[in-house]
Amino acid sequence: MSTIKLTVNGKAVSVEVEDRTLLVHLLRETLNLTGTHVGCDTSQCGACVVHIDGQAVKSCTVLAGQAAGANVTTIEGISKGDELHPMQAAFRDNHGLQCGYCTPGMIMSSIDIVNRHGGKLDEETVRHELEGNICRCTGYHNIVKSVLDAAGRMKVAQAAE
Amino acid sequence: MYETTYHRPSSVDEAAALFSKGSDSKYLAGGHTLLPVMKQRLASPSDVIDLGRIKELVGIDVSGDALTIKAATTYFDILQSAEAKKTIPAIVHLTSVLGDPQVRYRGTIGGSVANNDPAADFPAAVLALGATIKTNKRTIAGDGFFKGLFSTALEDGEIITAISFPIPAKAGYSKMRHPASRFALTGVFVAQTKAGEVRVAATGASQNGVMRVPVIEAALKANWSAGALDNVTIPTDGLLADIHGSSAYRANLIKVMAQRAVAAAG
Ligand SMILES: Cc1cc2nc3c(=O)[nH]c(=O)nc-3n(C[C@H](O)[C@H](O)[C@H](O)COP(=O)(O)OP(=O)(O)OC[C@H]3O[C@@H](n4cnc5c(N)ncnc54)[C@H](O)[C@@H]3O)c2cc1C
Ligand code: FES
Ligand code: FES
Repeated sequence: MSTIKLTVNGKAVSVEVEDRTLLVHLLRETLNLTGTHVGCDTSQCGACVVHIDGQAVKSCTVLAGQAAGANVTTIEGISKGDELHPMQAAFRDNHGLQCGYCTPGMIMSSIDIVNRHGGKLDEETVRHELEGNICRCTGYHNIVKSVLDAAGRMKVAQAAE
Repeated sequence: MYETTYHRPSSVDEAAALFSKGSDSKYLAGGHTLLPVMKQRLASPSDVIDLGRIKELVGIDVSGDALTIKAATTYFDILQSAEAKKTIPAIVHLTSVLGDPQVRYRGTIGGSVANNDPAADFPAAVLALGATIKTNKRTIAGDGFFKGLFSTALEDGEIITAISFPIPAKAGYSKMRHPASRFALTGVFVAQTKAGEVRVAATGASQNGVMRVPVIEAALKANWSAGALDNVTIPTDGLLADIHGSSAYRANLIKVMAQRAVAAAG
């Protein structure tokens, strides 16, 4: 067992977990942040994507200990109170989800994509960048549409700040 | 995953000391091979020693005629590197088609080379560019480093500290990605050294892991062009055959990927 201190969604937390604990299990089981999902056992589906120090990573393939001292953001930490993050709003408006299982990971990956590419995103780039996220429902079409829509909204939001 | 003890040393010497204290220690860099293997219970190290936070293992620099990438540098950092883009753009291209964005944030060049997966990308660059592997104990020539599937010249507990790539006159990489895993169904790295030597390495194709391809090297030495490979036949002996492709399919892929790599190299 080890005591791990990290920041999750802006709050400092200190938890005691077994050394073999994966970050996703720390989030879901110890902190009850069940928005982050586990969809595979092979690091391929992206349902578990969270941000560590601003980078979208698969939390099922990171030990809790590796995240000690880091700033972790999950799907629960991106809205401002009742106001959805522009990426969440775009997924809702463009019907970018069906069952919703992949959605938290899709949204966390997509925010990272927009952060890296800014407003210069096109459809081909979005499809290429979403290679680490699998959706079994939508056929991706509306997910890509959502990300492109959100890229525009995030640019406007940034310009307003 | 079985129980283990996690350590986060801050220097290479401390990591090596921790390694020898454990009964069955393993180093962890990006963890994107080791953790999936531990999850499947195919590995159960007593101690996991994290190299990822050791500052002396991260960084990229160019000195003289070589691009040196330290072992725990992530793929993402390689993609961002102006030095890498300027000196060996083929390495940046190889990195851009490796895995997916999340894998590229965590995975490291040292982990890839130490692991020597028969379908991994970086072993092809190491072999084709004639790189040298620097460890905490010695310097190993790339030509003698890879020893078949998942095995290398590294001794137990030895740590790769950096990989040094001689800057070539020309180089290119092309791979047929496995559509689900992104690993190389076959990938070919071609290089022409500044001394005029032609070196070609293929990954994902051979039963023994990454390999040089002498027939392609000879044809490109005579005439550096994609067309020079039109009539080359790659022997199928020792090539992989699995549900994804026969050995004849892979032999053909070696040729086609080499042609595309030459075209990309210019
Ligand atoms: C979904 C997915 C897709 C992928 N696609 C590709 C792909 O297309 N192409 C590709 O090449 N790879 C691919 N990979 C593998 C990825 O590149 C791995 O990250 C890489 O092979 C291992 O690097 P790592 O830093 O994660 O190493 P780890 O998993 O931390 O370690 C791997 C092994 O190397 C040892 N090791 C690590 N660093 C050192 C060191 N400095 N000295 C000595 N030993 C060391 C460890 O002990 C361990 O045995 C993929 C992985 C995933 C999960
Ligand atoms: S649960 Fe992490 S990639 Fe599938
Ligand atoms: S909405 Fe069901 S898996 Fe994507």
